[in-house]
Formats: sequence, C-alpha cells, structure tokens
Amino acid sequence: MDRSKISTPTLRCFVETGPDHLCILPSEVDMSSPLMYGTPSSRVEGTPRSGVGGTPARQRPDLGSIRKAPQVDLHSEPPSADGAVASEQALGQKLVIWGTDVNVGTCKEKFQRFLQRFIDPTSNEDENAGLDLNEPLYMQKLEEISVVGEPVLNVNCSHVQSFDADLYRQLISYPQEVIPTFDMAVNELFFERFPDSILEHQIQVRPYNALKTRNMRSLNPEDIDQMITISGMVIRTSQLIPEMQEAFFQCQVCAFSTCVEVDRGRIAEPAVCRNCNTTHSLALIHNRSAFSDKQMIKVQESPDDMPAGQTPHTTIVYAHNDLVDKVQPGDRINITGIYRAVPMRENPRQSNVKSVYKTHIDVIHFRKTDEKRLHGLDEDSDQKLFTEERVQILKELASKPDVYDRLSSALAPSIYEHEDIKKGILLQLFGGTRKDFSQTGRGNFRAEVNILLCGDPGTSKSQLLQYVFNLVPRGQYTSGKGSSAVGLTAYVMKDPETKQLVLQTGALVLSDNGICCIDEFDKMSDSTRSVLHEVMEQQTLSIAKAGIICQLNARTSVLAAANPVESQWNPKKTTIENIQLPHTLLSRFDLIFLMLDPQDEAYDRRLAHHLVALYYQSEEQIEEEFLDMAVLKDYIAYARTYINPRLNEEASQALIEAYVDMRKIGSGRGMVSAYPRQLESLIRLAEAHAKVRFSDKVETIDVEEAKRLHREALKQSATDPRTGFVDISIITTGMSATARKRKEEVAQALKKMIQSKGKTPAMKYQQLFDDLRGQSEAAITKDMFEEALRALADEDYLTVTGKTVRLL
Amino acid sequence: MRMWFVCRFCCPAAQSNSNPEWEAKVLEYFKGQLREKESHSWVPSLNDVPLHYLKPNSLVKFRCLVQDMFDPEFYMGVYETVDPSTKANVLRCGKYKDVTECGVDLNSRNTVTAERQTFYCVPIPGESPWAKEISFLSAARVVPSTSYVPSRQKRSYEEDDDDMDTQPQKQREPHTEPHGNGDSKRQETEAPSSQTTAPSDCSSHLDLNFPLPGERGPACLVKVYEGLDSFKLNDTLEIYGILSVNPVLTVLGEEKDPSLLLLNPTESMETPEEQRAHDPPASLVPRLHMLYARPLQHNNPLLPSAPTEDQSAFVSSFLVEMASVRAELLAYLTHVLLGDGLAAEYLLLHLISNVYTRRDVLPLGKFTLNLSGCPLNSYTERLYQIVQQLVPCSYRLSMSLHTMNSMRLVPKKDYVANRLVSGALQLARNTSLFLDETQLEQGQLDSSGVRNITALGNLISWQKVDYDFSYHQMEFPCNINVLVTSEGRSLLPSDCQVPLQPQVTPPNMEEYLTTIHMAQFTSQINKFRVYLSLARTLDYSISDEVTKAVEDDFVDMRKDDPQSVTAEDLHRMLVVARLLSLSLGQTTLSRDGWMRAKHIDMLRRSRTEQQKSLNGNEP
Repeated sequence: MDRSKISTPTLRCFVETGPDHLCILPSEVDMSSPLMYGTPSSRVEGTPRSGVGGTPARQRPDLGSIRKAPQVDLHSEPPSADGAVASEQALGQKLVIWGTDVNVGTCKEKFQRFLQRFIDPTSNEDENAGLDLNEPLYMQKLEEISVVGEPVLNVNCSHVQSFDADLYRQLISYPQEVIPTFDMAVNELFFERFPDSILEHQIQVRPYNALKTRNMRSLNPEDIDQMITISGMVIRTSQLIPEMQEAFFQCQVCAFSTCVEVDRGRIAEPAVCRNCNTTHSLALIHNRSAFSDKQMIKVQESPDDMPAGQTPHTTIVYAHNDLVDKVQPGDRINITGIYRAVPMRENPRQSNVKSVYKTHIDVIHFRKTDEKRLHGLDEDSDQKLFTEERVQILKELASKPDVYDRLSSALAPSIYEHEDIKKGILLQLFGGTRKDFSQTGRGNFRAEVNILLCGDPGTSKSQLLQYVFNLVPRGQYTSGKGSSAVGLTAYVMKDPETKQLVLQTGALVLSDNGICCIDEFDKMSDSTRSVLHEVMEQQTLSIAKAGIICQLNARTSVLAAANPVESQWNPKKTTIENIQLPHTLLSRFDLIFLMLDPQDEAYDRRLAHHLVALYYQSEEQIEEEFLDMAVLKDYIAYARTYINPRLNEEASQALIEAYVDMRKIGSGRGMVSAYPRQLESLIRLAEAHAKVRFSDKVETIDVEEAKRLHREALKQSATDPRTGFVDISIITTGMSATARKRKEEVAQALKKMIQSKGKTPAMKYQQLFDDLRGQSEAAITKDMFEEALRALADEDYLTVTGKTVRLL
Repeated sequence: MRMWFVCRFCCPAAQSNSNPEWEAKVLEYFKGQLREKESHSWVPSLNDVPLHYLKPNSLVKFRCLVQDMFDPEFYMGVYETVDPSTKANVLRCGKYKDVTECGVDLNSRNTVTAERQTFYCVPIPGESPWAKEISFLSAARVVPSTSYVPSRQKRSYEEDDDDMDTQPQKQREPHTEPHGNGDSKRQETEAPSSQTTAPSDCSSHLDLNFPLPGERGPACLVKVYEGLDSFKLNDTLEIYGILSVNPVLTVLGEEKDPSLLLLNPTESMETPEEQRAHDPPASLVPRLHMLYARPLQHNNPLLPSAPTEDQSAFVSSFLVEMASVRAELLAYLTHVLLGDGLAAEYLLLHLISNVYTRRDVLPLGKFTLNLSGCPLNSYTERLYQIVQQLVPCSYRLSMSLHTMNSMRLVPKKDYVANRLVSGALQLARNTSLFLDETQLEQGQLDSSGVRNITALGNLISWQKVDYDFSYHQMEFPCNINVLVTSEGRSLLPSDCQVPLQPQVTPPNMEEYLTTIHMAQFTSQINKFRVYLSLARTLDYSISDEVTKAVEDDFVDMRKDDPQSVTAEDLHRMLVVARLLSLSLGQTTLSRDGWMRAKHIDMLRRSRTEQQKSLNGNEP
C-alpha cells in the first residue's frame, strides 16, 4: 500500500512524551494521555481500575484515527524544533500536544470544572426540560446517564464559551485532541460519583452548536480540521459501510495470530511471523477483524441560505457507530462535526495526483431541526436569529406612529391601491395570538386569519398571491384548477428504496405556520374544497388511508382568490351568488374582499400615474419610496416570534361593545347580523394589529382598526344588493334575510292563488307560472317560482311531476 | 503577439510564489491584453475549432451558458514535490491546473489549500446556425465564404498552429516541462487521425446534458477561481481560460481497482453516475481554467459585444438607419405573414421585447404574442425557420401531445449523479421560444404533461421557471420571448393575441415562403439581425409631460366605458408604446408614439372582438 494516500493536509500528531516520562508516571500516562485513550488495545487489555477501567472504552472514528504514535514521514521535515520544545515543556510539566497549544492536564481540569459548576438559569432548551436550572446543568445530565444508561453527553458549545472562552477556542480549533480529553474528564468524574453504574461503554462527549455555525457556502479551507456546525437537508444516505478498525492476521504456518490497527485507512501487513519467522505467511482473517459502522450522508444546503440564481451546494458527511441511520433523506438537520479534506488519489499506479481534495465532515452530533414540526409547537426552530442592529432597526420602525400604513404600502408596491386589502393581508401575515384551551376541552383557538379575495378577472389578484407567497418563508402556492384533495393534504406512498409507506405531505401541511395561497379557489372541485373545512377552523388535517390514521397540524392561513362565475362581477347579486361557493366555507374566512374596479375618475388617474411610473422609474427611485422586502420579512418574522399580545381591560370592553353593536344592527330588522365567529375574527385582527405595533397589549386602537377593517370587508362582501344593507347572513347562511323573507312571500302568494282557484287537482306548470306573474306586482323569475313550488311541496301541499302540478 | 505565454506563466510561476501578488498580476495582464482592440479575436474559440486542433494548456475562449454549478472543491494551491533521485524539494503551483507533478509530498507544511468551483458549461442552447457561422468566420480570420466548409477551415487552422508553434517553442525551451512534451506528442499523434471526425460525433453516446435535444458542440467544465458570487446559473458568458485535456483525467475513472475501494471508502462514495457526470473524459468535456469571463448581453456576432466606445459609435451610426430598416423588415414580415400588416407589426414588437426589470414579482417588458388563426400544414414550421434566421437564439417546441407528455421542460436535480439534469426551458436570456400549438391534437395530458403546461404558463406569466429539486422547488427568473402560434385562442396565457388575417392565399405555401426568403439578400437579412438585437438594448424613458397625457387619455377612455379599458389593458398599451418607440429608435415616448400604440392596440382588439363574434364558442 502506498504511503502517500493518507492523512489530512495539515498533519498533526502527538509527540511521544519520552520514555522517561513513561517510566516515572506509568499510571498517569496510561489513562490520562490521549495517546492511549480509546485505542483498541486499551479496549482489550482494559486494566482493571476502579470505575473507568471496568467499562470498555469505545473507539471514536468520528474523531479520526490520528491520535496514535507519531507518524513522521521520512520525506517531510523532521519536526525537530517542535519536538524539542515539547519535550522541554514536558520536563517543566507543561506538556502540550504537538501542533496545538492544548495541555491535557489543564484542559481536563477546566472541563471538569465546567461540568461541575456550569449553571444556566435562563436555559429554555427542550433537552433540559425537567432539570433544575439552578443546579449545575451537566452534573444533572450525568445523573441522568447513570439512570438511563446511555453513555453520551451532549455539550452545548455556547455554554463552554460563556464559561471559559479559551477552552472553547481550543475545542473549536483542535477538536480531535480536545474531545478525547473531555471524554476522559467526564469518565473520571462520572465513575467517581457513580462508581457502581454499568455502562455499555465509556461516556462520549458530543459537543454541538459550535458558535461558528455556518451555512455550507461559507466553508473554506481555513475550516479544515476544525469543529463546525452547519445546517442543511439530508438528500441521500448510503448503506451501512463496515469500516475496518483492527485487522486480524493469522500465520498460515503456526497459527500465530496478531492484530494490526488501521492507521489512516491503511493496514501495515506484517511481513514476518513473529512466532515462527516465516515470511509472508500471515493472512487476514476477516471474521475476526474489528469493524465499526459508518454511513455516508449527503447534505444539501437549505434553500434559505442560498443567494438567488445559484444552485445549492452539497456536502458529504460521515456518521459513525450509533449515529448511523439516525437521519433520513428529507430531514433538516444541524450537524456538528470536524471538517476534513483528503487528497484524491485516482490511480495507485500513477504517481501524479489530481490536485483536488475530497472534503467531508465527520459527524459528532446531529440535531434535527424539524423533528417536532408535525406535532406540538416548536418556536425554537423557527426562531431566526436577529442581530442587535437589526432588532434596533425593527424597533425603530415599530415606534413610528404610521408603521401600519408604512408596512401596508410596502406590501406589493407594484399593485395599485386596494389599501384595505393590503392591510388585511398584512394582518394575516402577522396573525393573532395562539391560545390553548385544551385544558378546558375546547382545544386550540385558531390564531390564523383567513382571507378571500374575489373580483373581476385581471384585477391583479394572482399577483398579490404571488407576492405573499414570495414574502413568507413557509408559503405554498397552488391553483384550484390543478390541485386535488391529496395534493392539498397528504398522501401515502411507498418509498422506492426502503419499501416503507411514507406520508407525503401536501400544500396545506407544508405551509404549517405559513400561508397557503390558493388561486382560482372557485375552480376547485367540491371534494377538494371539503378538506378545507377542517383546516380552516380546527387547523388540523385528519388522514385515514392505507393503514395510516393520523392527525396532522395545518396551522396555516389561507389566502384564496376566486373569480365570479359569470366572469364579470354582477353587482346585482350577492357574493354567494357571484362566486358560487358554499356558505359553510365562506363563513370561515375572516375577511372577504372584493377587488373591483372602482370606476371613478380620480382613481383612474392615480392608477394611470402609478402604472406609467412603473415603466420608467429607475430601480433606485422605487427603493427610496418603499420599504425593502427584506426588512418587511424580518419585521414579520420578529413580530411573529417575539410578540404575543394579550387583550387589556379596555380592549375587551371595546370588543364586547363592538359585538353587541353588530348584533343590534340586525335585530331591528329581525335578523341575526353577527355570530361568535365574527367576534373571534375581531379578536384575531385586533391582536394582529397589536403585533404590527410590537405591542404586548391589545389596546383600543387595535380594536378600532379591527372593527374598521372588518366593517369595510363586510360592506364589500355582505351587502345585500336588493336592500343595500350589510347582511351577515349572506355569508353565514348563503342567503340574505330579505331574500329569505321574499321567498316566503312568493310561496304564500302562490298558495293563495291556488286556493283561490278552487278545487282543481292538477294544473299546468306554465299556466300557473304565467298566472302568478300576472298577479304579482314584483317581477317573478322562473327561479323564484320554482323555489316557491319547492317550498309548498315541502309543506306537503302539492307535488310537481313533470309539467303538471297536483294538489295533495 | 500571441497569448502563448500561458504555459510559461502558470507552470514555473510557482518558483516565484513567495510573491503573493503574482496571481493578481497575471490576471491584470491578461485582462489588459484582452481589452486591447481585436485581441480577443486572436484567441481560438472552443465553439468553432475542433478540440483536437487546440493546444493543451493554451489560452482559449468559450461562448457558453452556465448549465450547472458543482460544489466548491479544495485543491493544492501550492505544493511541494520531492525528486526521488536528488531528494530536492521544489515548491509548485497548482492553480489553473488539474494534475500535480510527480512526487507530491503530502505532508509538507508548505502546502496551501485553496478553493475553486466548477461550472458545467454548454454552448448557448438554440444558437442559430447563422450566428455560429458568422462568429466562426470572423474568428477564423479567413476570407468569409458563403458556406460552412470544415475541411477548408482546418487547413487554415493547421497553418495557424504552425506559426503559433514557432513562437512559444522558443520561449519554452529554457523550462522544459515533462508534461509539456507529452502534450505535444499527443497532439502530433492524434491530429491527423481524427481529421475527418467532428468532435460532436463521438460525444453523442455520452449524455452531455444539453438543455435542448439535438444540440451539438463541446461541453466544458470550467474551473472558476475568482468572483464566485458574481456568476449565476444560466448566465451567458464568454470565458477566457486555459484549456486542459490531460489524458490522466480520462483514464482514471475507468480502471479503478475495486479492492482499493474497501479500504479507502472516500473514493467509493461517488456513485458511478456521479463520477460520469463530474469527471467525464477530458477528450469530450475539456476542462477550462478561467482567467477571465465576460458576461454577454447578446450573442449576436454582428454587433460589437463589449459595451465600449466602439459600440456606442456603432449604435449611433445605426440609429440613423433604424427607421428605414424597420420599414423594410416590416414589409418582409408582412409578406411572411401572408400580407397581414398588423400581425407583422406585432411580431416585430415581440421580437425586440425584453424583460428589462422586475417589480417585486412582476416582470416588466415581457411581450408574449399569441398568433392565432395560423394556417395548418407546415406553415408554422416555415414561420419558425424565418424567425430563426432573424434572431441569434431560438427554439421551436412543437406542442404535440406526445412531446408535452414525454419531454422534460423543467430542469431537475438528479441526486444520484449530483447534477442538474437540464430541460428545454433552461435557456439563455432573450432566446425566442416558439411554441407551436397547431401541433396539439385531442387526447389526454398525463401528470407530467400537466406539469409541463403549468411550467409554460408560469414562464409566460411570471418569466420564471421553478426548477425541481425534488425536496423543494427553486425559482429561477428568466427572460425568454415566447411566441405561441395556434389555430384558435391559445390555451396558454399571453400578453396579447393577434388573430392572423391572411390577405393572400398562395396555392403552394412552401414555395411562397421560400421565394420570399430567397428574395432577401444576406446583407439585408444581416441588417435585420443587427436591428433586432440593437433595438432591445436601447434605453427608454417617459417624460412628465407625456405621463400626464397618458393619464388623461386613460381617464378619458374609461369615462366613456369603464369596462373597455382595464388596468391590464393599460399595462399592455404601455409595453406596446415602449416597444413601438424603441423599434423606431426613439428612446423617449412621444405623444405620437402613444397615439400610435393606442391605435394599433385598438385595431387588434377590434379584430379579436370580431373573431369572438365569428365563432361564438370562444371564451
């Protein structure tokens, strides 16, 4: 085997501390020097010392196999100078690992001190749930290990950093030397405290959250051999690869056996049998060699980290031992590991090498970021980190009195006016406050605001939807025409590789915590639409197919756009009649807006000006006028994560009044004008408005705006074209109260007319219709006549068969 | 003076690499040289010259589209070699090279690791034959001939090679490099034997991942060292770089010893597919180490490509002619469109349209034209051939049921091979996409067909293509001129529909169109070509005064009948006005221009109304 195939570009190795040292303190070196730590021989020999010795150490292939005796290449410069320094220091009891500034003893002590003392009273990590925050955190974790028996200690690097910045720096810069030292420290500490506990192997320290968290794009040659944390998405995992750790050789002549460790991917085959001195008699016995598990995982950078117009990068990651098979393709993960580069050597028979390195990451720690997305809330993973300055900018913006108007005008600046619609969408982007009433049995209250836009074709509805879809991080855009029920919800399919049934989630589930934009809502098939009922109120999706029965969270806001059935909006008809959607669905929208041409001269002029400006203004001018999209994005993200407004006393009073007022309007005319659903909408809108202001309290002004917006929307969508009154029952029951009244009147008139005709058992349909039309003052359409007949039939007064009407 | 000193610069420069500035100086030098007039025409182009006529390690240029961006790679920027006999250590430079010298000392502490990225580049998809031919002829510096005769060109290139050889040989002598000799040997042995085979012939059995079917030409792996962030997918670039076709790159992949893989799993990690995609044989996919890249605004060889004084002089001289060329072109197009002047006008506007900016999600300046009522029987095919003669880049997508169901339009990431598998919608900017809907017959679209139609719809409405990354989609903005020909109204959205009203009904359509085409002189056609490319690049503005007039007009129009003119109509009329002005070489909108735009839009609308009433079942 060739020598030059090996090693990382910057070779670092340990210098033996010299035989004197070994002689003086044999036990010290035996256990406390990383030279010996974790090598297979120690596993086999395992000197029976109290505690630590009894538990076998386990190899850590994730840290590489470099910590062996020094491998000084003959061709390279002998590290004489450094070696001298090291041994000098050794004399002065200041021993550092060659190539680093790590002193094993100090490092160990520091880490033990960290474990014993570190307290993080503000910790809110899920992993620390149930731990006493005022006690040393990691000691509690050790206790946990002794109970659970899982010998892995996860250490948050930010904790290390806040405790001892120097130790942290060493950990980041020399992970493959420092982590074994940490292991050693932990094990000593552990077996001191719990001398009787039995573990499968010695505790391994797994640091995570190295603050040098980077996206894949910013990895550069300087990071080689350092500890890094990157985030990404798993796209492919390989089969399990057995990697040889220790080769077992047996002499064919005398059956003498010997073990050879794999050193940096190579095995030095013993040429001579030590027992019988036969040359080339040793054969490798695979069955008795030691292997460790290894898996290759390909990770792609997450779409959010990428600059526009470029393709995502991928990185190869190796998982070892128990980290194998921990992640599946599609998982979003944070990886902490050591970045490696290995020179490529394409052909052993050729001596020139391709001058390219292969890079990969040896994983130390995985952390899934979307683990709990399908279940409970996970505010953590959504939390975007904002820099101080950014927060300052956002807060400054929030303190401006006209922030609401500013933001709404920054929304889709290319679309002209429709101020209220933009305001509605803005509030939708912020959303209400989540309330949990599951204790009292009502479950979660919907915090998401749903909006329906209807209007003439070509009033830039789709454009608005596209804009919103591009603005929010978890947006989905579907068209009612092209989507099926399964496309919206979820479907079960067989994974071609694993042959397992997998649940593939659709648009609604994917936009959990985001906005689902549905264009051409009216073109959606009824079965598809029926799915939305559950989503839009309960915010969940129940699935029962192919043996999978589950309920998924779909806390999504729906922004839908619908065209009128007659392609042009008919102002003489109600909203329901115009868009032909079931009222059960319509009532689930908080706001329904009409996007119509206002058809007034001043508006036309402003519109024309706006459009013409689009075509000649330069990019910079536009920038000045409007807020940057990025700022808007951050503003929304910040408000959504950090602001949770609650109603104050006055606001609740104002809401009550508003609701009572709404109910009153209708009661005069004998109809219901508001339902509790409307009250809920008002509350959500008021909360969202408070969020816009970055206010923790919902105040009266928020309620006022919510009321105004709600009224505006109602005015547009729920005005009864016949009476000119706003009538909520149009939306809630699909028919205005006057229309219902009218229907009854016609039926009564018809009944009267038939009765007046005396005893005629059967009548001609057409005849009856003409008679009724002649009699009535108001125009009676065929529809109305038919409805009246149906009403009378329901009363069992008559039956209609074909063209004849029979009395019963 | 030639650019042959590349070898000298790159190979032995390592000796002097104690000076870190040399890299910057090299780049400066080349950029300076290339800026000089005419100098870029001295550099042979990969597009035109068969690969085996190019010298390895020489400076070449390549006009291409960035089809895929591979992961960044780390390489040995500086490394040390040990001579086995003398034990002497020599520092060497790995930049601009694929392979190291013999005897690399991997443990040397002088090794410097550096980063570079590989782009997979293909020739500009759909480049019209005339554009290729003209750039070939101008690059070859031979007497332009009317037809493309490769054998003739070869002759001249051999001569070229000869006289090129004499110069560098002298310079190279003091530094004899072992690999340099090997390369020239390779050249000698290979060149005569393969004289008859074009390089594209042998590349056919390897999937070179061209966006469009039936494309030919070399694909190239471009190693990029500087300014990685400035390049984007689908950029069209002219790349100047050092050609590397080291045979070592080729042989290695194939004869791999499987027993080695077990022990060194890093290498086994690449699937064979991935290896094939990322390390194709260098003889088919040469490596190009980029020194300098120039983004191309257009690939029309008749226009000066760099935005220099040269160009502005060219533009101002052509502006004078513009109106007359426009009239001639309009007459030509009218003939082609069977005497329909209005349709010809709209076609002309369509051909110079261009997405010049985006307002949040809205692309401005796009002008998708739907020519409805096209005669059947190969008329559309002929029409495409004529369009192809006029624009530098074009593609005809025949929307038959079979193609829609089977063709891949949207690029898709293949995670096994770790590359972006191209699709027909991965096109360079300002490519003319000719959608032939007359080919559509009755039948059912399957799911991939529906996806394709959706992708076309998105392309037309938003000028973007959502690339399929299997776990998520990624949106890539584009700038493609879409022309839809159909019988009735197209099922795809469009910015404007013009029903064709033929004034003449020639008995033999083919003959008719061929005669029209033949009647044009090449010089005339060339003028049209320059005109179309140039009109697109002009600036445009609207004065306050005209803005006011347009506003008034709009208000007036709506006063009479609010339904007649909507915001969308105004959008379209503003685009028409813009294109109309530009087509006349006017860079500001005049009142007249606006009135004309209004007028032709009215004509068009009355025609569509008429069409609607004729066949009432139209929506």
